[in-house]
Amino acid sequence: MKDISKSVVRKDHEEKITGSCKYVADYDSKGVLIGKLVRSKKAHGKLIGINFPKMPNGYMSVTYEDVPGINEVHIVKDDTPVFAKDSVEYIGEPVAMIIGPDEKIVNELVKETELIIDELEPVLDILKSDTVFFDYEYTKGDHVKAFKEADKVYEETFSTGYQEQAYLETQGMMAEPEEDGKILVHGSMQCVYYVHNAVKKVLGSDDFHIRQDPTGGGFGGKEAWPSIVASEVAVAAYKAKKPVRLVFDRREDLEFTSKRHPSITHYRVAVKNGRVTAMDIDVKFNAGAYTTLSAVVLQRGLICADGVYNIPNLIVKGKALKTNTVPNGAYRGFGAPQTFFPVETIMSHIAQDMGKEPLEFKREHLVKQGDMTSTSGMYHFPVPLEDMIEEVAKASGFYEKRKKYSEKQSGRYRRGIGISMHFHGAGFTGAGERDLIKAVAKLKKHKDGTVEVLAANGEIGQGLRTTFPKIVAHELGIPLDRVYYNWPDTGKVPDSGPTVASRSLMVVGELMRRLAIKLKEIWKDGEEQIVEERFREPSFVIPFNLDIFQGDAYPTYAWGVQAVEIELDTLTGLMKNLGTWASFDVGTPADYNIVMGQMEGGLLQGLGYSSMEKMDYDKNGRIRNNNFSDYLIPTSMDVPNMNVQLHVEEYPDGPYGAKGAGELPLVGVPAAYVEAVSQALGGVRINHIPFTQEDAMKEIAKKDE
Amino acid sequence: MEKIKFKLNGKDEIFEGDLSSRLLDVLRDDFRLTGVKCGCKEGECGACAVLIDKKLVNSCMVAMGAIDGSEIISIEGFKETERFKVLDRAFAELSAVQCGFCTPGMVLAAEALLSENPHPTEEEVRIGISGNLCRCTGYNAIVNAILKASKEGNGLW
Repeated sequence: MKDISKSVVRKDHEEKITGSCKYVADYDSKGVLIGKLVRSKKAHGKLIGINFPKMPNGYMSVTYEDVPGINEVHIVKDDTPVFAKDSVEYIGEPVAMIIGPDEKIVNELVKETELIIDELEPVLDILKSDTVFFDYEYTKGDHVKAFKEADKVYEETFSTGYQEQAYLETQGMMAEPEEDGKILVHGSMQCVYYVHNAVKKVLGSDDFHIRQDPTGGGFGGKEAWPSIVASEVAVAAYKAKKPVRLVFDRREDLEFTSKRHPSITHYRVAVKNGRVTAMDIDVKFNAGAYTTLSAVVLQRGLICADGVYNIPNLIVKGKALKTNTVPNGAYRGFGAPQTFFPVETIMSHIAQDMGKEPLEFKREHLVKQGDMTSTSGMYHFPVPLEDMIEEVAKASGFYEKRKKYSEKQSGRYRRGIGISMHFHGAGFTGAGERDLIKAVAKLKKHKDGTVEVLAANGEIGQGLRTTFPKIVAHELGIPLDRVYYNWPDTGKVPDSGPTVASRSLMVVGELMRRLAIKLKEIWKDGEEQIVEERFREPSFVIPFNLDIFQGDAYPTYAWGVQAVEIELDTLTGLMKNLGTWASFDVGTPADYNIVMGQMEGGLLQGLGYSSMEKMDYDKNGRIRNNNFSDYLIPTSMDVPNMNVQLHVEEYPDGPYGAKGAGELPLVGVPAAYVEAVSQALGGVRINHIPFTQEDAMKEIAKKDE
Repeated sequence: MEKIKFKLNGKDEIFEGDLSSRLLDVLRDDFRLTGVKCGCKEGECGACAVLIDKKLVNSCMVAMGAIDGSEIISIEGFKETERFKVLDRAFAELSAVQCGFCTPGMVLAAEALLSENPHPTEEEVRIGISGNLCRCTGYNAIVNAILKASKEGNGLW
């Protein structure tokens, strides 16, 4: 293990375990106005008017009319209003906010507020949607010819459900007018500059700054949504000239914030001489009512739609479609889980049809270094999948179990084991890092010899407050306690880019390493010194052209292999997890424990996504699963300890060889899970996730008929 | 108005407000014990767990009227104990704290478990913390930290 990988005590450990760490809800309420949102109860309609009750002294309403700048939240496109003006587009859409000192009274006033809405028919089914937000298509090779010459064409449709990030701390934000006339907006968020740019448009001024508070989990859910919440509180504080705090309750958070896009994918696969020669893939994402991040989520989903396989001919089409439901957005994996599940599963099905073990068939198609990617870029670095498959197979006893469970099983309990492979493109898709983000980071050496990290990436549990300083201390050769990273504040730190896309450690962490080298060269005791570094695109990258999806969508890839073993109770449909094994290659770990924590946490979220995390909406467009009894996330009893190994394939342009890590462990699990369940059910084909206990019961009932 | 007398983190306290107030709100707002986190207010997540007479309880599910004569320990009180130090060290060494929001409740769940069963198996630990949701860690590090604390704190529980 490299020195840098040796674990240290996290810098935020003490304040978090003692309960002294102040999240946004923990600030004293004295003098703070409580905000609550008036939300649409209709999925679609013209907004005719709002009847507010008489406001007691000290209470007031906030609507689009109070927005001093433009009533649009800047995300990618700016179609999300801060407060609805002419129409409502989903149940839960914010129309107004009521603020005042007493929470109970504010709640009463919200209840008494009447929205006059001229109801319109909502669109709830993506297959019936008439609004296409984003529409992409790309090709590779000659798919027409390949399909014409195929021995056999396989065709299947898959679907995936919602997944809610379910961070333990709900969304929350506070805006406080300061003495100098500026407004400080602080709260739970991943990306201070995303919020900054949103608030700038809404306030129409630069008289504000944004600070991240300790953030109780994000997983993508606090990438774009905090821009909306911050805009709301900034407008309210601007109007009231007093501090305003808005903290969502759990039901609001589950129902009315973005989730992973539900999807429907259709695969056609051409096979000739026992090999897959072409894929024709059609992807549809339910975007919800506004575009938010759907464009970029869809791009990632499309780029990895052919999986870890070398498929010479491709046509990939994708649409993000509008429905009158809550906008969907970022969730760890960012579109990739929705296509890795179908591509892995159809590859298994094809193998079975050909009388082959899926793993054996898949291995014949694995990409390797030098191969062309789906977008005609290149896998520039070694692909360690073969070794990783062996690691997982050995740890899990895969071959023996797979063979044993394929024999006819009888009795109440039946077992299955499955394995899947995937990658995660490290960092932003395409040229985003070079053309849009243009990360800048700084180090400030104080006179006393302590070094402060100046960057915009948020600690959301993934350990950046520890790993950034750790890299700097390591390079400078000074103790870790002399390097620190405060909660980023846009009044103080440069824009090193958002905390997304598994980029922070790989991209900004590398800036930290270079900064430390630079500082070391000019270090003078007793002086204040500042050094600055900017992102440079590695020279090997084949420039990506988004218009035609050609080039390197990612500079490098993190790789994953995972196996899941389950035991099905044919009486209850319960699928007990007997074990989960994985090997993940995220390059050199910047801290072994921290990286393992990411791997294990992501893996369990993936298992939840596969099996129990079910959310849907009713015929009126109302989400039905709005608490932790109806939306189940894994508890400690749903799995035994997971067995994760790190396989290290160093990336030369990441710090000490590190690659993107955070998202990888979630992405590939569903296919392994479903393959295991399918085996326990005697080979039943499963084309959707989550595959729940109820689904298992239905399959068992079918067999009994 | 009826007075509710209780012990909070070792100190005698009197509550004279609305008896239907949630213990969670009183601890956070009146006593400013913000280590008691609010994750759902529906008794589902365990972030607001405290010890009431040594038993792990979600404070969002308890009305003030129900705690007369009880002894309540929140993370702010528990952190002063020797047992906490052992758990603290084990959690630190295994990096079992990520976003930190579930952590105070999780530590108190560990205390409640180890008080009843000083040498639990992995499965018993998993049962013991099953009322406390964690979305970050996948539970491995937390379970292992509690097992480690159980070993290293031999005799304390």
